[in-house]
Amino acid sequence: MTAGPLLQVRDLGVNFSTSQGEVQAVSGVSFDLRAGECLAVVGESGSGKTQVLLACLGLLAANGAARGSARFAGRELIGANERSLNSVRGTGIGLLSQDPLSSLTPHLRIETLLTEGLLDRGLATRDAAHERALQALAEVEVPEPEARLRQYPHELSGGMRQRVALAAALMCGPKLLFADEPTTALDVSVQARVLELLARVRNRGVGVLLVTHDLGVVAGLADRVAVMYSGRIVETATTDELFSAPRHPYTAALLAAVPRLRGDAQLRLVGIPGDPPQPCARPPGCAFAPRCVRAEVRCSDSRPELAPCADASLLAAARAVPTAAVACHRPLQDRAGMA
Amino acid sequence: MVEAVHTDARNQSLWGDAWQRLRHSRAAIVAASLLLLVCALALVGPWLSAYTVEQVDWAQATLATAPSLANGHWFGTDANGRDLFVRVWIGARMSLLVALLATIVSVVIGVAWGATAGYLGGRVDGWMMRFVDVLYALPYMFFVIILTVVFGRSLVLIFLAIGAVGWLTMARIVRGQALALRQREFVEAAIALGLPPATIIARHIVPNVLGTVIVYATLTVPQVILFESFLSFLGLGVQEPLTSLGRLVAEGALEMESSPWLLLVPSAVLAIVLLCLNFLGDGLRDALDPRQRR
Repeated sequence: MTAGPLLQVRDLGVNFSTSQGEVQAVSGVSFDLRAGECLAVVGESGSGKTQVLLACLGLLAANGAARGSARFAGRELIGANERSLNSVRGTGIGLLSQDPLSSLTPHLRIETLLTEGLLDRGLATRDAAHERALQALAEVEVPEPEARLRQYPHELSGGMRQRVALAAALMCGPKLLFADEPTTALDVSVQARVLELLARVRNRGVGVLLVTHDLGVVAGLADRVAVMYSGRIVETATTDELFSAPRHPYTAALLAAVPRLRGDAQLRLVGIPGDPPQPCARPPGCAFAPRCVRAEVRCSDSRPELAPCADASLLAAARAVPTAAVACHRPLQDRAGMA
Repeated sequence: MVEAVHTDARNQSLWGDAWQRLRHSRAAIVAASLLLLVCALALVGPWLSAYTVEQVDWAQATLATAPSLANGHWFGTDANGRDLFVRVWIGARMSLLVALLATIVSVVIGVAWGATAGYLGGRVDGWMMRFVDVLYALPYMFFVIILTVVFGRSLVLIFLAIGAVGWLTMARIVRGQALALRQREFVEAAIALGLPPATIIARHIVPNVLGTVIVYATLTVPQVILFESFLSFLGLGVQEPLTSLGRLVAEGALEMESSPWLLLVPSAVLAIVLLCLNFLGDGLRDALDPRQRR
């Protein structure tokens, strides 16, 4: 295990040049991810959370450009050429994407899909790769691995496909796993199994960067959370902190919008009124201000920077990026503030 | 392009699936069987007769004898007294060979060129496709005629000339498909796995376009046979004593009034081959189209 963080992202930005001009999908995103740690990036659709992953892997669309820095084990990924990116992809960072059916090439057998990364780099002989594939399928608890290897993706069920996709992402032994909404396409019982498998991967010392809009998934797996809104991180905290005492009004609103089975029956499900701003027409101040119940005049005039929270300063001192930070002029201090 | 078969629990590949559907298309199966029969006759037919390609049968009263079972000239003889049965199958052999080789040349170049351009996209794509456009703009026939005139008439040249021009459309078709495929998530997953572009093109893109390619190739074969016939008709194709279906038709057309079998027999064989290929191509297209699935 390395001393420094496995992935160090500093001031990452992603721009897309479209017919309506430059669009800032992501700006000023910074975070650290250590080995064996799971960081969840949470946000609604269009908040730019997936673009952060894609930018790190050099997978942005042709009209996209990344700024800032993302270092994986000390190697700069932003602006790196294809050759050096290819030495990180697969072997350093594995990608598990949202829809396992469309991410598995339909005309290739599971065996080919699992072993091609190893064989193509000459990391294993055909026999060794076969053994490794069997082992990988067993690790993700796929029954009858030998038979599965001869099957095609469309012959497997959704949950099975996602496990195969996870096995494929881990075949070359990456130190970091990017999981892009890994449970969105699955039903709830299968979600739980996949989360369990991801937790096991993390416990083996692999860093997991989890991108999701599902707070239930976050609670089950993540050690720390970064909440994104309109292309920026608005709050970071440990998972426990975030769920018990959210500081940013947006986080609080998100949590209030999660349906609960237990608890106060009188508590109504509260949605967040309005829509997130268009990336090309963000307000000058806080992007959340137009929808925020706590907003005051300065909120729509000046954008609050992500600042470490006072009560988290003990932890913050030990790290380059504070564990708890919030970008808000009027953060909620405690649970009482939520009401 | 290829969708999953959720309802089909049988353990079979997408190709196996296509084969299942092709088998249920009677037209395609009849066409394929007839085609195999013609190919077999083209290979062994000449040995079934007592005569050879060049042999003039002086025993007959006239040089151009009508088809008859009695004298062993099942399809009759041509104006030079040579057995037409042998010559038709030799001609079919030549036409099928030209068709096969020229199609292979056009498929190999077209698929490689198109898939590379489509996958890489951007400026590379632009330059590669402009090159294709320039070749498109050259008059096809003129180009082949010049080649034959400059380099002399040779079989290899005919294969190359026809194949070299035939790949242009193939490249465009494959490029369009590759352009759409590279947006797909499984290509992104392959990139994220760190595979180099050449591997991604060969393993993840090309097999996906093969359905289209195979269908288009079966439709190219008739075009090539017709083109070779046309070249031979002009006197630019294969040379005596070898022959091709196109040459036989051209020669038969000269004797049409006195000995119609010289035109009818090779025309019939040519027509059967072309019809069968078109039916087979149609059947393959239906079989490989996922939307045809019930």
